[in-house]
Amino acid sequence: MSYLVGHDMTGGYGGADILHSCSVSVERGQIAVVVGPNGAGKSTAMKAMFGMLNLREGAVTLNGEDITGLKPQERVLKGMGFVPQNNNVFTSMTVEENLEMGAFIRRDDISQTMEQVFSLFPILAEKRRQPAGELSGGQRQQVAVGRALMTKPDVLMLDEPTAGVSPIVMDELFDRIIEVAKTGIAVLMVEQNARQALEIADQGFVLVQGRNAYTDSGKALLANPEVRKAFLGG
Amino acid sequence: MVDFLNALVLLGNFVLVPGLAYGSQLALGALGVTLIYGILRFSNLAHGETMAFGAMITILVTYVLQANGVSIHPLPTALLAIPIGIVGAVLLCLAIDRLVYRYYRRQRSASSIYLIVSIGVMLITGGLIRFIVGPGDRKFTDGERFIIKARAFKEMTGLNEGLAIKTTQGVTVIAAFVVVALVFWFLNKTRTGKAMRAFSDNEDLALLSGINPDRVVMIAWIMTGALATIAGVLYGLDKSFKPFTYMQLLLPIFAAAIVGGVGNPIGAIVGGFVVAFSELIITFAYRKVFMYVLPENMEPSGMVQLLSTDYKFAVSFVILVIVLLVKPTGIFSGKSL
Repeated sequence: MSYLVGHDMTGGYGGADILHSCSVSVERGQIAVVVGPNGAGKSTAMKAMFGMLNLREGAVTLNGEDITGLKPQERVLKGMGFVPQNNNVFTSMTVEENLEMGAFIRRDDISQTMEQVFSLFPILAEKRRQPAGELSGGQRQQVAVGRALMTKPDVLMLDEPTAGVSPIVMDELFDRIIEVAKTGIAVLMVEQNARQALEIADQGFVLVQGRNAYTDSGKALLANPEVRKAFLGG
Repeated sequence: MVDFLNALVLLGNFVLVPGLAYGSQLALGALGVTLIYGILRFSNLAHGETMAFGAMITILVTYVLQANGVSIHPLPTALLAIPIGIVGAVLLCLAIDRLVYRYYRRQRSASSIYLIVSIGVMLITGGLIRFIVGPGDRKFTDGERFIIKARAFKEMTGLNEGLAIKTTQGVTVIAAFVVVALVFWFLNKTRTGKAMRAFSDNEDLALLSGINPDRVVMIAWIMTGALATIAGVLYGLDKSFKPFTYMQLLLPIFAAAIVGGVGNPIGAIVGGFVVAFSELIITFAYRKVFMYVLPENMEPSGMVQLLSTDYKFAVSFVILVIVLLVKPTGIFSGKSL
């Protein structure tokens, strides 16, 4: 069984169900990517796995333990990190303070983790005293990812980390995410840029209308003619 | 040259010194308003009453101390009583939050509903205060009245005009400076203070980071109770304590908070002084100043007063209107602590 599994998840935000028996999972040290057309329930699946909406059916397990009933804050304590798509930094606070806030639940010395984040994102070390709101879109995403890494999570969940950044910055962000996965963290992300994301994915999930349409390794999905035709523009 | 100095001393005595004291009081008041706005996201109209409540407790304790012969001459005895006043105001704030605001927080009410709720809290607290001490004027200032007396200043300098600095004015400015420095140190240097700024900046992300919202709200009320009491006591020492005046103070305090940018602590301080000095500059009668500065036959016959002091609250109103028309976000574009 994978490290983090959401299996047969069914539920929504209160009204009609958005997810219909949807399953997503990720292994430690690997990258799993959820792709699909607009409104497919990608972000909803992500939020369901982080406990931000109630599931009617199905369950979420972390390292074999059922965490379906836990609140998001409790999942942070269990070693899950989440980077929301929007408003994912404290704009009025400096880069360093953002990272400190990321480590709020920790009572031990955080300086080493901060150095690790700075070596992963060298630009942040340079801008550590600047308010995060003054940074560019790509730099902000780095702050957001860095903030989530400060708790030393086992699982990092990213909701469209490359939304609104240039292609060059996107490539760089993906490189960093690969580095994060190499440290043994399970990375689960939702992406609009399906082709590039599947290229770095160990596992890919194509969702359509809240259901699993295709599930395979990233490479296999990229090679699958049906997936190419329907979701990757040929 | 001497005439010019006389004019300067006159302005210093009637505008600069009182403006610094009044501005400090407004700044402390506005800081409390801004803190609640930044954390709980509503305009707390009951803040004036919180100030009055804290001041009331302080006064009652001061009376007890005075009756027992406790004194810190030349400083006013009330300074000794402030900590107990703070405890009283903090308990009041926490009780009201538990009984009233928490319900609306759970309902996730709109800020306009909070605003109206705070009017209810204001009326009830005001009633409670008048029930305890009555609506009348209360003097509780003791100790040495002046740091520099006008007469002593004249003798010292040989000028016609005197510069008087009351002890309460000196105490006000120094206390305000210390308190503001403490608040900024807390918000920028401590873990809890940073958590409050984070919560004010982005509530959802603060929750994701494991910051406890109940604790942040509680600390915001504790700080507000303390700031309100200190502001209320300083104002009462400087002028006098009368429950109704604190409700009237609400206007300049909100003007101060909005001028600086609601939610921004630096803005609250700057706003406090902007409002205080505008009020004094516009309601001051400049006749004597002109008599010193202008040649003899040109001296003005009227008072040269832009606005009678009876209309001093109009100044806050006008400032409010101008800010809301021209730069609604305030000087420092507030929103978060």
